[in-house]
Amino acid sequence: MDAMTSPLRENAAPPTPPLLAVEGVTLEYHAPGRVVRATQNVSFDVWEADRFILLGASGCGKSTLLKAVGGFIPPREGRILLDGQPIHGPGPDRVVVFQEFDQLPPWKTVRENVAFPLRVSGRLSRKEADERADHYIEKVGLTRFADAYPNTLSGGMKQRVAIARALAMEPRVLLMDEPFAALDALTRRKMQEELLALWEEVRFTLLFVTHSIEEALVVGNRIALLSPHPGRMRAEINSHEWDLKSGGSPQFQAAASRIHRLLFEEAEATDGAGDE
Amino acid sequence: MSEALRNRLEPETRPEPPVRPEYERPLEPLADATSDQALPLHQRLWQRAWLRKTLILICLALLWEITARLKANPLLLPPFSAAIKALVEDALSGVIPARTLNSLDVLIKGYAAGVVLAFVLTSVAVSTQIGRDLLSTLTSMLNPLPPIALLPLALLWFGLGQASLVFVLIHSVLWPLALNMYTGFTGVPETLRMAGRNYGLRGLRYVLLILVPAALPSIIAGLRIGWAFAWRTLIAAELVFGASSGRGGLGWYIFQNRNELYTDRVFAGLIMVILFGLLVENVLFRELEKRTVAKWGMTR
Repeated sequence: MDAMTSPLRENAAPPTPPLLAVEGVTLEYHAPGRVVRATQNVSFDVWEADRFILLGASGCGKSTLLKAVGGFIPPREGRILLDGQPIHGPGPDRVVVFQEFDQLPPWKTVRENVAFPLRVSGRLSRKEADERADHYIEKVGLTRFADAYPNTLSGGMKQRVAIARALAMEPRVLLMDEPFAALDALTRRKMQEELLALWEEVRFTLLFVTHSIEEALVVGNRIALLSPHPGRMRAEINSHEWDLKSGGSPQFQAAASRIHRLLFEEAEATDGAGDE
Repeated sequence: MSEALRNRLEPETRPEPPVRPEYERPLEPLADATSDQALPLHQRLWQRAWLRKTLILICLALLWEITARLKANPLLLPPFSAAIKALVEDALSGVIPARTLNSLDVLIKGYAAGVVLAFVLTSVAVSTQIGRDLLSTLTSMLNPLPPIALLPLALLWFGLGQASLVFVLIHSVLWPLALNMYTGFTGVPETLRMAGRNYGLRGLRYVLLILVPAALPSIIAGLRIGWAFAWRTLIAAELVFGASSGRGGLGWYIFQNRNELYTDRVFAGLIMVILFGLLVENVLFRELEKRTVAKWGMTR
Protein backbone atom coordinates (compact mmCIF):
# COMPACT_ATOMS: atom_id res chain seq x y z
CA MET A 1 0.00 0.00 0.00
CA ASP A 2 2.74 2.41 0.95
CA ALA A 3 4.45 1.69 -2.36
CA MET A 4 1.67 3.63 -4.08
CA THR A 5 2.55 7.29 -4.13
CA SER A 6 -0.90 8.46 -5.02
CA PRO A 7 -1.57 12.17 -5.02
CA LEU A 8 -3.00 13.01 -1.63
CA ARG A 9 -4.82 16.27 -1.72
CA GLU A 10 -7.18 16.04 1.16
CA ASN A 11 -5.76 18.99 3.07
CA ALA A 12 -4.15 21.19 0.48
CA ALA A 13 -6.27 22.78 -2.20
CA PRO A 14 -5.03 21.80 -5.66
CA PRO A 15 -2.56 24.38 -6.90
CA THR A 16 -3.69 24.43 -10.53
CA PRO A 17 -7.13 24.33 -12.14
CA PRO A 18 -8.34 20.81 -12.90
CA LEU A 19 -7.19 19.16 -16.10
CA LEU A 20 -10.71 18.09 -16.95
CA ALA A 21 -13.77 19.85 -15.59
CA VAL A 22 -17.27 18.48 -16.14
CA GLU A 23 -19.72 21.18 -15.11
CA GLY A 24 -23.43 20.52 -14.66
CA VAL A 25 -23.62 18.18 -17.64
CA THR A 26 -27.00 16.84 -18.71
CA LEU A 27 -26.92 14.30 -21.52
CA GLU A 28 -29.81 13.05 -23.62
CA TYR A 29 -30.05 10.62 -26.47
CA HIS A 30 -32.80 9.79 -28.91
CA ALA A 31 -34.43 6.42 -28.59
CA PRO A 32 -37.15 5.60 -31.14
CA GLY A 33 -40.03 7.94 -30.39
CA ARG A 34 -38.66 9.57 -27.24
CA VAL A 35 -35.74 11.34 -25.70
CA VAL A 36 -33.95 9.50 -22.92
CA ARG A 37 -32.08 11.46 -20.28
CA ALA A 38 -28.82 9.65 -19.55
CA THR A 39 -27.32 11.98 -16.96
CA GLN A 40 -28.61 15.00 -15.10
CA ASN A 41 -26.51 17.88 -13.81
CA VAL A 42 -23.32 15.89 -13.30
CA SER A 43 -20.19 17.73 -12.20
CA PHE A 44 -16.74 16.47 -11.32
CA ASP A 45 -13.11 17.51 -11.71
CA VAL A 46 -10.18 15.38 -12.76
CA TRP A 47 -6.65 16.48 -11.92
CA GLU A 48 -3.40 15.59 -13.60
CA ALA A 49 -2.35 11.97 -12.94
CA ASP A 50 -5.71 11.10 -11.40
CA ARG A 51 -7.12 7.63 -11.76
CA PHE A 52 -10.69 8.84 -11.66
CA ILE A 53 -13.44 6.22 -11.66
CA LEU A 54 -17.04 6.59 -12.73
CA LEU A 55 -18.87 3.83 -10.89
CA GLY A 56 -22.52 2.90 -11.07
CA ALA A 57 -25.03 0.23 -11.96
CA SER A 58 -26.09 -0.17 -15.57
CA GLY A 59 -28.30 2.69 -16.72
CA CYS A 60 -26.51 5.36 -14.72
CA GLY A 61 -25.14 6.97 -17.87
CA LYS A 62 -21.50 6.47 -17.00
CA SER A 63 -20.55 5.24 -20.47
CA THR A 64 -22.56 8.06 -22.07
CA LEU A 65 -20.72 10.49 -19.82
CA LEU A 66 -17.39 9.07 -20.95
CA LYS A 67 -18.44 9.38 -24.58
CA ALA A 68 -19.42 12.98 -23.94
CA VAL A 69 -15.94 13.64 -22.56
CA GLY A 70 -14.60 11.88 -25.66
CA GLY A 71 -16.60 14.39 -27.69
CA PHE A 72 -18.92 11.89 -29.33
CA ILE A 73 -22.07 13.27 -27.67
CA PRO A 74 -22.60 17.02 -27.17
CA PRO A 75 -24.03 17.89 -23.75
CA ARG A 76 -27.62 19.08 -23.64
CA GLU A 77 -26.76 21.39 -20.75
CA GLY A 78 -23.54 22.24 -18.97
CA ARG A 79 -20.05 22.09 -20.39
CA ILE A 80 -16.90 20.00 -20.43
CA LEU A 81 -13.56 21.80 -20.18
CA LEU A 82 -10.16 20.32 -20.94
CA ASP A 83 -7.32 22.55 -19.74
CA GLY A 84 -9.91 25.28 -19.33
CA GLN A 85 -11.06 25.04 -22.96
CA PRO A 86 -14.46 23.65 -23.95
CA ILE A 87 -14.14 20.49 -26.02
CA HIS A 88 -15.40 20.32 -29.59
CA GLY A 89 -15.96 16.84 -31.00
CA PRO A 90 -13.66 13.83 -30.72
CA GLY A 91 -9.95 14.43 -30.85
CA PRO A 92 -6.61 12.71 -30.29
CA ASP A 93 -6.10 14.57 -26.98
CA ARG A 94 -8.77 12.32 -25.40
CA VAL A 95 -8.26 8.75 -26.55
CA VAL A 96 -10.85 6.14 -25.66
CA VAL A 97 -10.24 2.47 -24.91
CA PHE A 98 -13.56 0.72 -25.49
CA GLN A 99 -14.87 -2.49 -24.04
CA GLU A 100 -15.53 -4.08 -27.42
CA PHE A 101 -12.76 -5.98 -29.15
CA ASP A 102 -13.75 -4.64 -32.57
CA GLN A 103 -12.26 -1.25 -31.75
CA LEU A 104 -9.08 -2.40 -33.51
CA PRO A 105 -9.18 -2.15 -37.30
CA PRO A 106 -8.76 -5.82 -38.31
CA TRP A 107 -6.86 -4.88 -41.48
CA LYS A 108 -3.90 -3.54 -39.54
CA THR A 109 -1.23 -5.47 -37.68
CA VAL A 110 -0.58 -4.70 -34.03
CA ARG A 111 2.23 -2.29 -34.92
CA GLU A 112 0.16 -0.60 -37.64
CA ASN A 113 -2.78 -0.33 -35.26
CA VAL A 114 -0.68 1.54 -32.73
CA ALA A 115 1.17 3.67 -35.30
CA PHE A 116 -1.84 4.47 -37.51
CA PRO A 117 -3.47 7.15 -35.30
CA LEU A 118 -0.07 8.78 -34.76
CA ARG A 119 0.34 9.02 -38.52
CA VAL A 120 -3.16 10.20 -39.44
CA SER A 121 -3.25 12.84 -36.73
CA GLY A 122 -0.23 14.20 -38.58
CA ARG A 123 1.98 14.42 -35.56
CA LEU A 124 4.77 12.02 -36.43
CA SER A 125 6.60 10.79 -39.50
CA ARG A 126 6.31 7.14 -40.42
CA LYS A 127 9.62 6.24 -38.81
CA GLU A 128 8.91 8.12 -35.58
CA ALA A 129 5.42 6.64 -35.40
CA ASP A 130 6.79 3.11 -35.80
CA GLU A 131 9.41 3.73 -33.15
CA ARG A 132 6.93 5.06 -30.68
CA ALA A 133 4.52 2.22 -31.49
CA ASP A 134 7.24 -0.34 -30.80
CA HIS A 135 8.04 1.40 -27.52
CA TYR A 136 4.46 1.15 -26.25
CA ILE A 137 3.92 -2.33 -27.67
CA GLU A 138 6.92 -3.38 -25.61
CA LYS A 139 5.39 -1.71 -22.56
CA VAL A 140 2.25 -3.85 -22.84
CA GLY A 141 4.38 -6.92 -23.53
CA LEU A 142 3.29 -7.65 -27.09
CA THR A 143 6.61 -7.26 -28.92
CA ARG A 144 6.43 -10.83 -30.14
CA PHE A 145 3.05 -10.13 -31.74
CA ALA A 146 3.85 -6.77 -33.35
CA ASP A 147 3.29 -8.16 -36.85
CA ALA A 148 0.20 -10.23 -36.02
CA TYR A 149 -3.29 -9.29 -37.15
CA PRO A 150 -5.88 -8.67 -34.41
CA ASN A 151 -7.97 -11.70 -35.38
CA THR A 152 -5.14 -13.95 -34.23
CA LEU A 153 -4.98 -12.37 -30.74
CA SER A 154 -6.86 -13.25 -27.57
CA GLY A 155 -9.26 -10.79 -25.95
CA GLY A 156 -6.75 -9.68 -23.36
CA MET A 157 -4.10 -9.11 -26.00
CA LYS A 158 -6.52 -7.03 -28.08
CA GLN A 159 -7.23 -4.83 -25.06
CA ARG A 160 -3.48 -4.49 -24.51
CA VAL A 161 -3.12 -3.30 -28.10
CA ALA A 162 -5.92 -0.79 -27.54
CA ILE A 163 -4.18 0.47 -24.39
CA ALA A 164 -0.82 0.70 -26.18
CA ARG A 165 -2.52 2.59 -29.01
CA ALA A 166 -4.11 5.01 -26.58
CA LEU A 167 -0.91 5.55 -24.59
CA ALA A 168 1.14 6.04 -27.76
CA MET A 169 -1.07 9.00 -28.61
CA GLU A 170 0.06 10.52 -25.28
CA PRO A 171 -3.38 12.03 -24.71
CA ARG A 172 -4.21 14.61 -22.05
CA VAL A 173 -6.77 12.18 -20.65
CA LEU A 174 -6.99 8.47 -21.23
CA LEU A 175 -10.64 7.40 -21.28
CA MET A 176 -11.47 3.77 -20.57
CA ASP A 177 -15.00 2.43 -20.98
CA GLU A 178 -15.20 -0.82 -18.99
CA PRO A 179 -12.07 -1.99 -20.80
CA PHE A 180 -11.76 -5.28 -18.94
CA ALA A 181 -15.44 -6.17 -18.62
CA ALA A 182 -15.38 -8.61 -21.54
CA LEU A 183 -12.33 -10.48 -20.21
CA ASP A 184 -12.29 -13.55 -17.99
CA ALA A 185 -11.61 -12.98 -14.29
CA LEU A 186 -7.96 -14.12 -14.35
CA THR A 187 -7.08 -11.98 -17.35
CA ARG A 188 -8.97 -9.02 -15.88
CA ARG A 189 -6.93 -9.19 -12.69
CA LYS A 190 -3.70 -9.33 -14.68
CA MET A 191 -4.76 -6.38 -16.85
CA GLN A 192 -5.57 -4.31 -13.74
CA GLU A 193 -2.09 -5.05 -12.42
CA GLU A 194 -0.50 -4.07 -15.71
CA LEU A 195 -2.55 -0.90 -15.97
CA LEU A 196 -1.44 0.19 -12.50
CA ALA A 197 2.19 -0.64 -13.32
CA LEU A 198 1.91 1.45 -16.50
CA TRP A 199 0.42 4.31 -14.51
CA GLU A 200 3.31 4.11 -12.04
CA GLU A 201 5.67 4.47 -14.96
CA VAL A 202 3.96 6.91 -17.30
CA ARG A 203 1.67 8.85 -14.89
CA PHE A 204 -1.09 9.40 -17.42
CA THR A 205 -4.45 10.84 -16.37
CA LEU A 206 -7.15 8.23 -16.41
CA LEU A 207 -10.92 8.44 -16.49
CA PHE A 208 -12.20 4.91 -16.04
CA VAL A 209 -15.75 3.60 -16.22
CA THR A 210 -16.67 0.39 -14.44
CA HIS A 211 -19.58 -1.32 -12.76
CA SER A 212 -17.37 -3.39 -10.45
CA ILE A 213 -16.89 -1.98 -6.96
CA GLU A 214 -13.70 -4.03 -6.45
CA GLU A 215 -12.23 -2.81 -9.72
CA ALA A 216 -13.08 0.77 -8.82
CA LEU A 217 -11.39 0.52 -5.42
CA VAL A 218 -8.31 -1.19 -6.81
CA VAL A 219 -7.74 0.83 -9.98
CA GLY A 220 -8.85 4.31 -8.90
CA ASN A 221 -7.60 6.94 -6.51
CA ARG A 222 -10.95 8.71 -6.53
CA ILE A 223 -14.36 7.29 -7.26
CA ALA A 224 -17.48 9.12 -8.39
CA LEU A 225 -20.67 7.19 -7.61
CA LEU A 226 -23.58 7.65 -9.98
CA SER A 227 -27.20 6.72 -9.32
CA PRO A 228 -29.21 5.43 -12.23
CA HIS A 229 -32.21 6.68 -14.29
CA PRO A 230 -30.95 9.26 -15.03
CA GLY A 231 -27.34 9.35 -13.83
CA ARG A 232 -26.89 11.77 -10.93
CA MET A 233 -23.89 12.28 -8.68
CA ARG A 234 -24.28 10.35 -5.44
CA ALA A 235 -20.85 10.74 -3.87
CA GLU A 236 -17.17 11.16 -4.55
CA ILE A 237 -14.89 9.10 -2.35
CA ASN A 238 -11.16 8.54 -2.12
CA SER A 239 -9.66 5.15 -2.80
CA HIS A 240 -5.96 5.92 -3.11
CA GLU A 241 -5.18 3.67 -0.13
CA TRP A 242 -6.33 0.47 -1.86
CA ASP A 243 -4.41 -1.57 -4.35
CA LEU A 244 -4.45 -5.11 -5.68
CA LYS A 245 -2.96 -6.48 -2.47
CA SER A 246 -5.64 -5.05 -0.18
CA GLY A 247 -8.37 -7.25 -1.65
CA GLY A 248 -9.43 -9.27 1.37
CA SER A 249 -8.76 -6.85 4.23
CA PRO A 250 -11.65 -5.83 6.55
CA GLN A 251 -11.14 -2.13 5.73
CA PHE A 252 -11.40 -2.90 2.03
CA GLN A 253 -14.56 -4.88 2.65
CA ALA A 254 -15.93 -1.99 4.68
CA ALA A 255 -15.20 0.46 1.87
CA ALA A 256 -16.83 -1.89 -0.64
CA SER A 257 -19.99 -2.24 1.44
CA ARG A 258 -20.10 1.52 1.99
CA ILE A 259 -20.10 1.99 -1.77
CA HIS A 260 -22.68 -0.71 -2.15
CA ARG A 261 -24.91 1.02 0.37
CA LEU A 262 -24.49 4.40 -1.34
CA LEU A 263 -25.25 2.95 -4.75
CA PHE A 264 -28.11 0.62 -4.00
CA GLU A 265 -29.93 1.07 -0.72
CA GLU A 266 -31.20 4.57 -1.15
CA ALA A 267 -31.53 4.19 -4.87
CA GLU A 268 -33.87 1.27 -4.26
CA ALA A 269 -35.84 3.34 -1.76
CA THR A 270 -36.28 6.26 -4.14
CA ASP A 271 -36.90 3.96 -7.10
CA GLY A 272 -39.69 2.26 -5.18
CA ALA A 273 -41.27 5.63 -4.35
CA GLY A 274 -40.85 6.86 -7.90
CA ASP A 275 -42.36 3.81 -9.56
CA GLU A 276 -45.58 4.02 -7.53
CA MET B 1 -40.01 -40.74 -13.41
CA SER B 2 -41.62 -39.82 -10.07
CA GLU B 3 -39.92 -42.89 -8.57
CA ALA B 4 -36.55 -41.54 -9.62
CA LEU B 5 -37.39 -38.12 -8.22
CA ARG B 6 -38.43 -39.56 -4.87
CA ASN B 7 -35.23 -41.59 -4.70
CA ARG B 8 -33.23 -38.44 -5.30
CA LEU B 9 -35.04 -36.59 -2.53
CA GLU B 10 -34.72 -39.30 0.10
CA PRO B 11 -31.56 -38.74 2.12
CA GLU B 12 -30.37 -42.39 2.25
CA THR B 13 -30.42 -42.90 -1.51
CA ARG B 14 -29.06 -39.45 -2.50
CA PRO B 15 -25.72 -39.93 -4.28
CA GLU B 16 -22.70 -38.37 -2.55
CA PRO B 17 -19.43 -37.78 -4.40
CA PRO B 18 -16.61 -39.71 -2.70
CA VAL B 19 -13.86 -37.66 -1.03
CA ARG B 20 -10.61 -38.59 -2.80
CA PRO B 21 -7.01 -37.98 -1.80
CA GLU B 22 -5.42 -34.80 -3.19
CA TYR B 23 -2.20 -34.75 -5.10
CA GLU B 24 0.32 -32.26 -6.49
CA ARG B 25 2.92 -33.16 -9.01
CA PRO B 26 5.40 -31.48 -11.38
CA LEU B 27 4.15 -30.88 -14.91
CA GLU B 28 4.83 -33.54 -17.46
CA PRO B 29 7.48 -32.42 -19.96
CA LEU B 30 6.04 -31.45 -23.32
CA ALA B 31 5.74 -34.23 -25.81
CA ASP B 32 7.98 -33.31 -28.73
CA ALA B 33 6.02 -35.00 -31.51
CA THR B 34 3.67 -32.28 -32.72
CA SER B 35 0.68 -33.16 -34.82
CA ASP B 36 2.54 -32.42 -38.02
CA GLN B 37 1.95 -35.83 -39.48
CA ALA B 38 1.18 -35.59 -43.16
CA LEU B 39 -2.19 -36.75 -44.39
CA PRO B 40 -2.20 -39.43 -47.06
CA LEU B 41 -1.71 -38.07 -50.57
CA HIS B 42 -5.27 -38.61 -51.81
CA GLN B 43 -6.70 -36.78 -48.79
CA ARG B 44 -4.36 -33.86 -49.28
CA LEU B 45 -5.33 -33.66 -52.94
CA TRP B 46 -9.02 -33.88 -52.07
CA GLN B 47 -8.64 -30.81 -49.85
CA ARG B 48 -7.68 -28.72 -52.87
CA ALA B 49 -10.80 -26.93 -54.02
CA TRP B 50 -9.48 -26.33 -57.53
CA LEU B 51 -8.82 -30.04 -57.98
CA ARG B 52 -12.33 -31.01 -56.93
CA LYS B 53 -13.77 -28.35 -59.21
CA THR B 54 -11.62 -29.46 -62.13
CA LEU B 55 -12.90 -32.97 -61.59
CA ILE B 56 -16.49 -31.71 -61.84
CA LEU B 57 -15.64 -29.87 -65.06
CA ILE B 58 -14.10 -33.01 -66.57
CA CYS B 59 -17.21 -35.01 -65.72
CA LEU B 60 -19.47 -32.38 -67.33
CA ALA B 61 -17.31 -32.34 -70.47
CA LEU B 62 -17.46 -36.13 -70.66
CA LEU B 63 -21.24 -36.08 -70.29
CA TRP B 64 -21.47 -33.54 -73.11
CA GLU B 65 -19.19 -35.56 -75.37
CA ILE B 66 -21.15 -38.77 -74.81
CA THR B 67 -24.55 -37.11 -75.28
CA ALA B 68 -23.44 -35.39 -78.49
CA ARG B 69 -22.03 -38.63 -79.93
CA LEU B 70 -25.24 -40.48 -79.15
CA LYS B 71 -27.37 -37.75 -80.75
CA ALA B 72 -24.99 -37.55 -83.73
CA ASN B 73 -26.33 -34.19 -84.97
CA PRO B 74 -23.36 -31.74 -85.02
CA LEU B 75 -25.58 -28.96 -86.36
CA LEU B 76 -27.61 -28.87 -83.14
CA LEU B 77 -25.13 -30.26 -80.63
CA PRO B 78 -21.54 -30.69 -81.73
CA PRO B 79 -19.43 -32.81 -79.37
CA PHE B 80 -17.16 -31.21 -76.81
CA SER B 81 -14.09 -32.17 -78.80
CA ALA B 82 -15.38 -30.32 -81.88
CA ALA B 83 -16.11 -27.20 -79.85
CA ILE B 84 -12.63 -27.31 -78.35
CA LYS B 85 -11.14 -27.83 -81.80
CA ALA B 86 -13.02 -24.78 -83.11
CA LEU B 87 -11.93 -22.82 -80.05
CA VAL B 88 -8.28 -23.70 -80.57
CA GLU B 89 -8.45 -22.97 -84.30
CA ASP B 90 -10.03 -19.56 -83.87
CA ALA B 91 -7.80 -18.77 -80.93
CA LEU B 92 -4.73 -19.51 -83.05
CA SER B 93 -6.06 -17.61 -86.06
CA GLY B 94 -6.49 -14.58 -83.85
CA VAL B 95 -10.24 -14.17 -84.23
CA ILE B 96 -11.22 -15.06 -80.68
CA PRO B 97 -8.42 -13.05 -79.00
CA ALA B 98 -9.38 -9.98 -81.03
CA ARG B 99 -13.08 -10.40 -80.15
CA THR B 100 -12.24 -10.95 -76.48
CA LEU B 101 -10.07 -7.85 -76.39
CA ASN B 102 -12.89 -5.81 -77.92
CA SER B 103 -15.27 -7.06 -75.25
CA LEU B 104 -12.74 -6.46 -72.48
CA ASP B 105 -12.06 -2.93 -73.65
CA VAL B 106 -15.72 -1.99 -73.32
CA LEU B 107 -16.13 -3.98 -70.14
CA ILE B 108 -13.27 -2.30 -68.29
CA LYS B 109 -14.44 1.18 -69.29
CA GLY B 110 -18.01 0.51 -68.16
CA TYR B 111 -17.00 -1.34 -65.01
CA ALA B 112 -14.51 1.29 -63.87
CA ALA B 113 -16.98 4.12 -64.47
CA GLY B 114 -19.67 2.18 -62.59
CA VAL B 115 -17.38 1.55 -59.61
CA VAL B 116 -16.36 5.21 -59.39
CA LEU B 117 -19.97 6.39 -59.58
CA ALA B 118 -21.06 3.82 -56.98
CA PHE B 119 -18.32 5.03 -54.64
CA VAL B 120 -19.30 8.68 -55.05
CA LEU B 121 -22.99 7.95 -54.58
CA THR B 122 -22.40 5.81 -51.49
CA SER B 123 -20.01 8.32 -49.94
CA VAL B 124 -22.68 11.00 -50.29
CA ALA B 125 -25.24 8.58 -48.88
CA VAL B 126 -23.24 7.80 -45.73
CA SER B 127 -22.62 11.45 -44.94
CA THR B 128 -26.00 13.10 -45.59
CA GLN B 129 -29.65 12.25 -45.02
CA ILE B 130 -30.71 13.45 -48.47
CA GLY B 131 -27.93 11.33 -50.02
CA ARG B 132 -29.31 8.29 -48.20
CA ASP B 133 -32.79 8.99 -49.53
CA LEU B 134 -31.42 9.54 -53.03
CA LEU B 135 -29.51 6.27 -52.98
CA SER B 136 -32.37 4.19 -51.62
CA THR B 137 -34.89 5.69 -54.08
CA LEU B 138 -32.63 5.30 -57.08
CA THR B 139 -31.54 1.76 -56.25
CA SER B 140 -35.06 0.54 -55.54
CA MET B 141 -36.20 2.05 -58.84
CA LEU B 142 -33.33 1.15 -61.12
CA ASN B 143 -31.85 -2.03 -59.63
CA PRO B 144 -34.70 -4.25 -60.89
CA LEU B 145 -34.54 -2.67 -64.37
CA PRO B 146 -32.68 -5.04 -66.72
CA PRO B 147 -29.78 -3.18 -68.35
CA ILE B 148 -30.70 -4.57 -71.77
CA ALA B 149 -34.03 -2.75 -71.51
CA LEU B 150 -32.08 0.51 -71.58
CA LEU B 151 -30.18 -0.44 -74.72
CA PRO B 152 -32.71 0.96 -77.25
CA LEU B 153 -32.67 4.26 -75.38
CA ALA B 154 -28.88 4.22 -75.18
CA LEU B 155 -28.64 3.62 -78.92
CA LEU B 156 -30.93 6.57 -79.48
CA TRP B 157 -28.86 8.84 -77.25
CA PHE B 158 -25.33 7.73 -77.94
CA GLY B 159 -25.62 6.09 -81.35
CA LEU B 160 -24.27 2.76 -82.51
CA GLY B 161 -20.97 2.95 -80.71
CA GLN B 162 -19.04 1.99 -77.63
CA ALA B 163 -20.67 4.81 -75.68
CA SER B 164 -24.07 3.13 -75.56
CA LEU B 165 -22.50 -0.16 -74.43
CA VAL B 166 -20.59 1.65 -71.69
CA PHE B 167 -23.79 3.39 -70.61
CA VAL B 168 -25.62 0.10 -70.26
CA LEU B 169 -22.66 -1.44 -68.40
CA ILE B 170 -22.55 1.43 -65.92
CA HIS B 171 -26.21 0.83 -65.22
CA SER B 172 -25.59 -2.86 -64.62
CA VAL B 173 -22.67 -2.26 -62.20
CA LEU B 174 -23.70 0.89 -60.38
CA TRP B 175 -26.85 -0.16 -58.51
CA PRO B 176 -25.92 -3.56 -57.11
CA LEU B 177 -22.47 -2.27 -56.12
CA ALA B 178 -23.84 0.88 -54.49
CA LEU B 179 -26.37 -1.20 -52.59
CA ASN B 180 -23.69 -3.58 -51.30
CA MET B 181 -21.29 -0.77 -50.46
CA TYR B 182 -23.96 1.05 -48.52
CA THR B 183 -24.93 -2.08 -46.61
CA GLY B 184 -21.25 -2.60 -45.84
CA PHE B 185 -20.82 0.97 -44.62
CA THR B 186 -23.85 0.82 -42.34
CA GLY B 187 -22.60 -2.49 -40.94
CA VAL B 188 -19.31 -1.03 -39.69
CA PRO B 189 -19.28 -1.48 -35.89
CA GLU B 190 -20.03 1.67 -33.90
CA THR B 191 -16.89 1.19 -31.81
CA LEU B 192 -14.68 1.16 -34.88
CA ARG B 193 -16.35 4.32 -36.17
CA MET B 194 -15.80 6.05 -32.86
CA ALA B 195 -12.17 4.88 -32.80
CA GLY B 196 -11.69 6.38 -36.26
CA ARG B 197 -13.25 9.70 -35.26
CA ASN B 198 -11.15 9.59 -32.10
CA TYR B 199 -8.03 9.80 -34.30
CA GLY B 200 -9.44 13.05 -35.65
CA LEU B 201 -10.40 11.56 -39.03
CA ARG B 202 -13.16 13.36 -40.92
CA GLY B 203 -14.82 13.47 -44.31
CA LEU B 204 -13.20 11.63 -47.20
CA ARG B 205 -10.22 10.49 -45.14
CA TYR B 206 -12.60 8.91 -42.65
CA VAL B 207 -14.44 7.11 -45.46
CA LEU B 208 -11.25 5.93 -47.17
CA LEU B 209 -9.24 4.95 -44.10
CA ILE B 210 -11.97 3.50 -41.87
CA LEU B 211 -15.25 2.81 -43.66
CA VAL B 212 -13.92 1.34 -46.91
CA PRO B 213 -11.55 -1.23 -45.36
CA ALA B 214 -14.07 -2.08 -42.65
CA ALA B 215 -16.77 -2.65 -45.29
CA LEU B 216 -14.44 -4.49 -47.65
CA PRO B 217 -16.19 -7.88 -47.39
CA SER B 218 -19.43 -6.30 -48.63
CA ILE B 219 -17.62 -4.18 -51.19
CA ILE B 220 -15.89 -7.22 -52.67
CA ALA B 221 -19.22 -9.04 -52.76
CA GLY B 222 -20.67 -6.03 -54.60
CA LEU B 223 -17.75 -5.93 -57.03
CA ARG B 224 -18.33 -9.62 -57.74
CA ILE B 225 -22.02 -9.20 -58.39
CA GLY B 226 -21.35 -6.08 -60.45
CA TRP B 227 -18.76 -7.95 -62.49
CA ALA B 228 -21.13 -10.84 -63.22
CA PHE B 229 -23.94 -8.46 -64.21
CA ALA B 230 -21.62 -6.44 -66.42
CA TRP B 231 -20.21 -9.46 -68.25
CA ARG B 232 -23.67 -10.89 -68.90
CA THR B 233 -25.04 -7.56 -70.00
CA LEU B 234 -22.14 -6.95 -72.33
CA ILE B 235 -22.41 -10.30 -74.12
CA ALA B 236 -26.16 -9.89 -74.43
CA ALA B 237 -25.83 -6.34 -75.76
CA GLU B 238 -23.26 -7.46 -78.31
CA LEU B 239 -25.62 -10.16 -79.48
CA VAL B 240 -28.18 -7.48 -80.19
CA PHE B 241 -26.05 -5.05 -82.10
CA GLY B 242 -22.44 -6.10 -81.66
CA ALA B 243 -20.79 -5.44 -84.98
CA SER B 244 -22.59 -2.22 -85.65
CA SER B 245 -20.03 -0.55 -83.46
CA GLY B 246 -17.46 -1.58 -86.05
CA ARG B 247 -15.46 -3.90 -83.82
CA GLY B 248 -17.54 -6.76 -82.49
CA GLY B 249 -16.89 -8.60 -79.28
CA LEU B 250 -17.47 -12.17 -78.13
CA GLY B 251 -21.24 -11.79 -78.25
CA TRP B 252 -21.02 -10.75 -81.87
CA TYR B 253 -18.74 -13.73 -82.58
CA ILE B 254 -21.43 -16.07 -81.20
CA PHE B 255 -24.21 -14.38 -83.11
CA GLN B 256 -22.32 -14.31 -86.41
CA ASN B 257 -21.41 -18.01 -86.23
CA ARG B 258 -24.97 -18.99 -85.40
CA ASN B 259 -26.12 -17.19 -88.54
CA GLU B 260 -23.68 -19.22 -90.53
CA LEU B 261 -24.64 -22.42 -88.66
CA TYR B 262 -21.13 -22.98 -87.34
CA THR B 263 -22.58 -24.47 -84.18
CA ASP B 264 -19.18 -25.69 -82.95
CA ARG B 265 -17.94 -22.11 -83.08
CA VAL B 266 -21.02 -20.91 -81.22
CA PHE B 267 -20.04 -23.33 -78.48
CA ALA B 268 -16.43 -22.17 -78.71
CA GLY B 269 -17.65 -18.62 -78.11
CA LEU B 270 -19.79 -19.73 -75.17
CA ILE B 271 -16.88 -21.65 -73.67
CA MET B 272 -14.75 -18.52 -73.97
CA VAL B 273 -17.41 -16.47 -72.18
CA ILE B 274 -17.61 -19.06 -69.41
CA LEU B 275 -13.83 -19.45 -69.14
CA PHE B 276 -13.38 -15.76 -68.78
CA GLY B 277 -16.05 -15.58 -66.11
CA LEU B 278 -14.44 -18.44 -64.18
CA LEU B 279 -11.03 -16.84 -64.48
CA VAL B 280 -12.12 -13.52 -63.03
CA GLU B 281 -14.25 -15.14 -60.33
CA ASN B 282 -11.81 -17.80 -59.20
CA VAL B 283 -8.49 -16.09 -59.75
CA LEU B 284 -8.95 -12.35 -59.55
CA PHE B 285 -11.61 -12.08 -56.85
CA ARG B 286 -10.45 -15.14 -54.92
CA GLU B 287 -6.94 -13.73 -54.79
CA LEU B 288 -8.24 -10.30 -53.76
CA GLU B 289 -10.19 -11.89 -50.91
CA LYS B 290 -7.29 -14.04 -49.82
CA ARG B 291 -4.96 -11.06 -49.63
CA THR B 292 -7.40 -8.84 -47.77
CA VAL B 293 -10.49 -9.90 -45.87
CA ALA B 294 -9.47 -13.54 -45.41
CA LYS B 295 -6.05 -12.55 -44.08
CA TRP B 296 -7.66 -10.09 -41.69
CA GLY B 297 -10.14 -12.67 -40.42
CA MET B 298 -13.16 -10.70 -41.62
CA THR B 299 -14.58 -13.65 -43.54
CA ARG B 300 -14.01 -17.34 -43.37
